[in-house]
Amino acid sequence: MTTTTTLHRATAAASVPALRPERKVRPSVFGTVVLLVGALYCLMPVAWVLVASSKSAGELFSTFTFLPSTHLLDNIGELSAYRGGLYWRWMANTALYAGVGAAVSVLVSSMAGYALAKYRFAGKTLVFNLILAGVLVPGVVLAVPQYLLLAEVGLTNTYWSVLLPSLISPYGIYLCRIYAGASVPDELLEAARTDGASEWRTFSRIAVPLMGPGLVTVFLFQFVGIWNNFMLPYIMLGNDRLYPITVGLNGLLNQGASQPAMYTSVITGALLSIVPLALLFLTLQRYWKVDLAAGSVKA
Amino acid sequence: MRLHTGIRVAAAVAATALLATACSSGSGDSGDDTADGSGGKVELTFWTWAPGMEEAVAVWNEANPDIQVTVNKQDGGDPAVTKLLTAIQAGSGAPDLFQTEYQKIPTLVSEDALADIADVLPDGTAERFAEGTWQSVTLGGDAVYGVPQDSGPMQFYYREDVFQQYGLSVPTTWEQYAQVAEQLHTADPSKYLGTFSANDAGWFTGLTQQAGASWWGIDGDAWSVDIESAPVQKVAEYWGGLVEKGVIDNKPMYTPEWNAALNDGSQVGWLSAIWAPGVLQGNAPDTAGKWKMAPMPQWEEGDDATGNWGGSATSVTSQSTHKAEAAKFIAWLNASQEGVNLLVSEGGLYPADIPSQAEALSSPPEFFSNQADFYTLAAETAKGVQPFTYGPNVNVAYSAYNDEFGKAAEAKQASLFLDAVTAMQATTVDDLENQGFTVTK
Repeated sequence: MTTTTTLHRATAAASVPALRPERKVRPSVFGTVVLLVGALYCLMPVAWVLVASSKSAGELFSTFTFLPSTHLLDNIGELSAYRGGLYWRWMANTALYAGVGAAVSVLVSSMAGYALAKYRFAGKTLVFNLILAGVLVPGVVLAVPQYLLLAEVGLTNTYWSVLLPSLISPYGIYLCRIYAGASVPDELLEAARTDGASEWRTFSRIAVPLMGPGLVTVFLFQFVGIWNNFMLPYIMLGNDRLYPITVGLNGLLNQGASQPAMYTSVITGALLSIVPLALLFLTLQRYWKVDLAAGSVKA
Repeated sequence: MRLHTGIRVAAAVAATALLATACSSGSGDSGDDTADGSGGKVELTFWTWAPGMEEAVAVWNEANPDIQVTVNKQDGGDPAVTKLLTAIQAGSGAPDLFQTEYQKIPTLVSEDALADIADVLPDGTAERFAEGTWQSVTLGGDAVYGVPQDSGPMQFYYREDVFQQYGLSVPTTWEQYAQVAEQLHTADPSKYLGTFSANDAGWFTGLTQQAGASWWGIDGDAWSVDIESAPVQKVAEYWGGLVEKGVIDNKPMYTPEWNAALNDGSQVGWLSAIWAPGVLQGNAPDTAGKWKMAPMPQWEEGDDATGNWGGSATSVTSQSTHKAEAAKFIAWLNASQEGVNLLVSEGGLYPADIPSQAEALSSPPEFFSNQADFYTLAAETAKGVQPFTYGPNVNVAYSAYNDEFGKAAEAKQASLFLDAVTAMQATTVDDLENQGFTVTK
């Protein structure tokens, strides 16, 4: 795999016109300011969550916004104690929905994308155009029709009701098709077939490794998408033991007029819920780098 | 390259397998046992957001192995109703038992979401409740769409320490309330006696109920809408005046800002209902022992009228296949001494069941331990709840309230408060007619 990629890159680089001699580039003040503002915009809310989750209920809205306090562990304890540790069950549910959903989605997307890129069959353009159209339809719009469909077969309010709609991702299929088209050379597939490899073997041993960075991208997209999804589980689920974190925490804020909203628990819960996502990004980061580099050479 | 038959077969097999597992696990997971055999174990699901329900249900499950109830905690109020109605329209997915706020019952009945349990309730259930409360679950007819759980008679809550500090007296009339509001705000411009909340239609409804309004009326088969009536206009004009003067805040309740204001003492009073101690404890934990409760200020000196804000019944849904068992559970939960004791001790609710109140409410709520006669006084005020009829499109009237009064409160102009009432009336009548109801004018 390494040799082919290098080869591929070498040919790609050769076709690029020779670069002009390097000039000393002064950093633009304007650009730096824009980027700093952008960074601030993205990091401020995270900093707020971090600080707010260390405050007790009494301090939350009365002390200075960015003044940290010492109650983080108390808040985590209180959140864990809420109805017998229900929060951790929500966390496990979310991991199940996102993990299984993203993994199966990658499998489906890679197979579909590969087939669309590398096989010729009747109706291929139609299928691909339909999938492209699917990319344009936001998932939120589909939640209610999906609810009615699943209600027909009595599947609402089960794990399946959230998992099944997450398995097919038009965007993932689209991305895989593009990626398979760009990174899997036809000659390689011909060679594999000549050597007597079955179609499945060709796909799993030749195409999938080449598509690796693209598949990681699809996995992360789907994982984050399902992890943060609110509308679908909100509509599908009535049993709070099946809730993901998003729907569960929303419930803590909407307790009816006669109950106080549990702001501290919600903020602490939100903070804890981004920890697995951050870890996932850090571990899969190197694949992203490969992906970005590969893309930049080809462009 | 053509797609090989091997792949096609594999894809077809995979798709069928997925469908098969999906369907088979579906029938197993849906919970409702299809075999309704006599004497078998019955499982009921209960959608609620009232606190303490799981603990109360645990006691029931212990004693009734044949009728097992599972609590599914829901988002409070409107979201749960929307979810229930979606499930009713989809034909499956609704729970057996549902917490119904009184103002939502007409809507749910008109959508056929609730079952009539008049035949399966124990005799004498109706006699345990105040007539007005019972009427809200029967809608004045013979059918019974639930058993009342708790109610929310309104009172005035105030910071006793701040009142003493500024030498204020507790207002007994609305005229005095306006004077005290002005005195306080003049003495310390950062402090307010209360706020006009354009987010809480239920609160405003309660205030107009006290003044003698009833927003809807049933006239044979026809509905009438009386939002634009003298009592509502009186209340709107009064609050518009206070907001325009600036002696009352115009920020909505239940926001982080309002929570902070309660906690740091810039909101000195709250016109609220009997469940206020729980909210104050959660939102303003630093003010424990500093609050007192008093009856609502009155429009006429010496009256004892009040309104209702909040409170729910427990109903059986029309999709339930175990109506008798569900009704048996509800009767225990909301209309027996054991159940009511749990409502109070585990959930901090103010029970609607009158015979059980004395035993269940023997000590004041923790946050008001400084007011020993809390529940005695509350029971006095509860007698003054004025009659009120909710219509089938409360949600429309309430969202019109949010829109119209939101603008008026933002602009701080008293005249706009009266315009808002007119607009609410028009919106509500139009919607009823569009839904196909007969509306008398």
